[in-house]
Amino acid sequence: MGVITTRRGFLAGSAGLTLGLMLPLGRGRAQMTVARPFAPNAFIRIGTDDIVTVLIKHIEMGQGPYTGLATLVAEELDADWSQMRAEGAPANDQLYANLAFGLQGTGGSTAMANSFMQMRKAGAACRAMLVAAAAREWGVPAAEISVAAGAVSHAASGHKSGFGALTAAAAKEPVPDDPPVKTADQFVLIGKDRPKLDTVGKTNGTAQFTLDVYRDGMLTVVVAHPPKFGAKVASFDDKAALAVKGVEMVRQIGSGVAVYATNTFAALKGRDALVVKWDDTAAETRSSAQMFDAFAKAAAEGGVTVEEKGDVSVMSGAAKVLEAEYRFPYLAHAPMEPLDAVIEVRGGKAEMWFGSQFPTFDRPTVAAVLGIPVEDVSINVLLAGGSFGRRAQGSAHLASEAAEIAKAAGRDGAFKLVWTREDDVKGGYYRPMTVHRFRAGIDAEGKIIAWENTVANQSIMMGTPLEAMLQGGPDNSSFEGSTGLPYQFGARRIGWARMESPVSVLWWRSVGHTHTAYAVETFLDEVLEAAGKDPVQGRLELLPADALRERGVIEKVAEISGWTGPVRDGKGYGIAWAKSFNTYVAQVVEVENQAGIPKVTRVWCAVDCGIAVNPNIIRAQMEGGIGYALGTVLHSRITLGEGGEVEQSNFDDYPMLRISEMPAVEVAIIASEADPTGVGEPGVPPLGPAMANAWRALSGQIQHYLPIGGAMS
Amino acid sequence: MTTFRVNGRDHDLDIDPDTPLLWVLRDELRLTGTKFGCGIAQCGACTVMLDGMPRRSCVTPISMVEGSEIVTIEAIEGPEADAVRAAWTAIDVPQCGWCQSGQIMSATALLQAIPKPTDGDINDAMAGNVCRCATYVRIRQAIHDAAKTLEG
Amino acid sequence: MKHVMWAVATAVFCAAPVWAQDGLSGPDAFAGIADEQARSVALFEEMGKVLTHPRCLNCHPVTGGPTQGDDMHPHSPPVVRGEADFGAAGMNCNVCHGTANMQLTSGSGSIPGHEPWSLAPVSMGWQGASLADICTQIKDPERNGGKSLEDLHEHNAHDGLVGWGWEPGEGRTPAPGSQELFGALTRAWIDTGAACPS
Repeated sequence: MGVITTRRGFLAGSAGLTLGLMLPLGRGRAQMTVARPFAPNAFIRIGTDDIVTVLIKHIEMGQGPYTGLATLVAEELDADWSQMRAEGAPANDQLYANLAFGLQGTGGSTAMANSFMQMRKAGAACRAMLVAAAAREWGVPAAEISVAAGAVSHAASGHKSGFGALTAAAAKEPVPDDPPVKTADQFVLIGKDRPKLDTVGKTNGTAQFTLDVYRDGMLTVVVAHPPKFGAKVASFDDKAALAVKGVEMVRQIGSGVAVYATNTFAALKGRDALVVKWDDTAAETRSSAQMFDAFAKAAAEGGVTVEEKGDVSVMSGAAKVLEAEYRFPYLAHAPMEPLDAVIEVRGGKAEMWFGSQFPTFDRPTVAAVLGIPVEDVSINVLLAGGSFGRRAQGSAHLASEAAEIAKAAGRDGAFKLVWTREDDVKGGYYRPMTVHRFRAGIDAEGKIIAWENTVANQSIMMGTPLEAMLQGGPDNSSFEGSTGLPYQFGARRIGWARMESPVSVLWWRSVGHTHTAYAVETFLDEVLEAAGKDPVQGRLELLPADALRERGVIEKVAEISGWTGPVRDGKGYGIAWAKSFNTYVAQVVEVENQAGIPKVTRVWCAVDCGIAVNPNIIRAQMEGGIGYALGTVLHSRITLGEGGEVEQSNFDDYPMLRISEMPAVEVAIIASEADPTGVGEPGVPPLGPAMANAWRALSGQIQHYLPIGGAMS
Repeated sequence: MTTFRVNGRDHDLDIDPDTPLLWVLRDELRLTGTKFGCGIAQCGACTVMLDGMPRRSCVTPISMVEGSEIVTIEAIEGPEADAVRAAWTAIDVPQCGWCQSGQIMSATALLQAIPKPTDGDINDAMAGNVCRCATYVRIRQAIHDAAKTLEG
Repeated sequence: MKHVMWAVATAVFCAAPVWAQDGLSGPDAFAGIADEQARSVALFEEMGKVLTHPRCLNCHPVTGGPTQGDDMHPHSPPVVRGEADFGAAGMNCNVCHGTANMQLTSGSGSIPGHEPWSLAPVSMGWQGASLADICTQIKDPERNGGKSLEDLHEHNAHDGLVGWGWEPGEGRTPAPGSQELFGALTRAWIDTGAACPS
């Protein structure tokens, strides 16, 4: 119990290995309860078989922390890449906090940035302990010992050893408090491409995800959720559901009505047979069209000022004023693995297995629902089949639903909560639907003298446990990217109108930048054209001379795409850039007109994310971010019909990008010595606006409402 | 009672004949490499080989596989499958990994039918496999790489 | 199982006169048209309600792959005709379409199925064609797979995949009438000279 399969596999594969032989033991384990960023013992296990396992405090959902964080340890440990393994760290706020947040969670593309020094220090500490142990055993000075590619050696005496043979002795050495780390010129692994640690298991069916967990006597549970947001169960009739073979029980829980069965198909059939009456008193009953009208009205009224420089009333003296309104629909994240969680309750303790992205919130939530101490809830964080923000829940609603299911069962046992694709698409926690309103004034020389932008949308953080982080201020994630622009606009005012609705919203890969980058960079393109300026040159002119990293990615992407202007040989070219999560990305999109439909054929991408720890992963995240964004711009929208029910249900009416739509992608990584920043999200924001700019140049069509294929009201 | 063969092993199961093969593989046989993504044959994550041809197991009632031979990601082998896996690993195609069992099944089926596929062939054969991480650039590359390996 | 039931149903109904059902009239409705050619044309136009119904047209495309739904939108996931009218290599129709319709559990509706399942050949593409053109095409052995008029009757009256149009599974509007009525109309049309609308 309490041993997850990956760990069992690890133990089984390491002859004679026990926890006690892992590095470090005894004293080291006592230190594990101390809250401190440096706790190498919590992060690294070295087996007698030389296998180095790094416990990864960030959930692996495809963005690469298993490989990235293991690289940092291997670098400072001077391990050979072939001996490295990665495993998800369990829920533990003290040991595994994200140093950027002060709580255990993955988001904001912070995994690499906050771990960069922590993981290197952990590796360096282990290395120092191995060296100290070798020095003691061989009776030679530690300073004469070298470590390379997993081998500890002393040249003069000819002593040589792998890590495994030294672990017992090394574990008795003190853990150094602040071991020195390498300088960039000493890096052996950082900056080089290496095979990802999780690839093989994802090509042969052995990678373990939540849905793959089966516990003895486990029941599979699906929940009938209300068709309207904010609705509640009024009554239900479970007679037909209980008549389905395999259905064991039906229970009302906070989020709906849960059907428990001995297998998934029986659970689904049981739910189909369930008759539920819903109470819509507190439900959202407006349609998307009605909500858009309300949002547009609020945006036009200007909202509260969240950023102001100079006096935008100079607009009245402008030679030309441009205006625009943008509409962005709700979006479902649609990770390929729909939400799921396994919970087992025995004797007043609960153990969970799932892709917990915010263990800090999930663990106490489960404890509260079950009425047990937090210490009695353990969470095994498993690989997640994508997330894109969906599993990063301030509300902990998934963990809470799983705990409610366990509690409502009224007995000990194991339960697997499964959401279907329909549950996912209709289930809320969407990228907030958003309206942007713009006004820009240019003078006779084409200089932008005033810039106004008001954003109207719901807050992601307000009304959740995350609200405290705002310290009473507005929710920056609603308008980030509209604010903080380095462009020299003259006067500017950015406003935010907070909208309210029972429709639940959540961060969605690149959060506010999903809409702000699109709105700002396409509106700017129109303004630049009105001012008679080239899209690349015009942007560079607006940037201050010291905006080196911004200029760097724009100039680089112009160079690799051979930028000559917005139209060339019957094809359209558009540029856009965004700084998100401290990473700078610029993209140029090439688009063709295929019978009136835009076809993106090539994308060039320049990224500056500081030191490129693993260029292969950076390229992969840019490619993936581009595809994710392209599918969204072309196809994605969640709409509420008349009465407030979601009109989409699955991939047939909420279509995903498919392979034939994927452009060729060329990625250039800017050489940098700055500390690394994230790459999971920043590839997304520039694609949409760069594409829309290219399409406008080619076809003359302006796309202020998304998706491009959709006719928004 | 339904009788069928999975990965070389015979099974006799007394089971609701409407049960999709997907849930039989997962819930009954614990072959969890075959994934659930949509349940309506839109995403391809559940693709298996049924009598040598790719098939979406989420829309295959178990009653339909009576007497059939099924091969899943855990056991698929042969020159095409081996080449596909090697190519997939060499350039690290997977990101989250959820769709990749299905991608590998479809790619294998494509190479069995067309040893040297064009980009158009790849678009047609892989159109039913969604990758939300959009690893499509690498999927395409890996199929071309696998085809080169098979050429010898 | 469904086929057996069909056979039984057909046997029972064949003896009795065929009346109008679900938007499709039987041959008797046209008995009042004195001119045989005009009657023949009228019978074909009635058959046209079936021939141009989305359940039939969706798998009789002229260019590209099949369409779906009563609005005849492009098939999702995207599919192509392929060399054998059976999809692409590596993604033929049988990747999803089985031997019978399959009711979905998590969503609503069903995945259509039948043995065999394939597109009509390009030569039998009807989408966008006028009824007159469809009529000429349907009678032309060069384009209809070498069928005589008698073969055509057999096909319309008894072919299983044609019959699927009236049993398309949950979530789909059936073709008007019944296959039996469609067969009777075809019979009467042939017997009146198989005239085509102009």
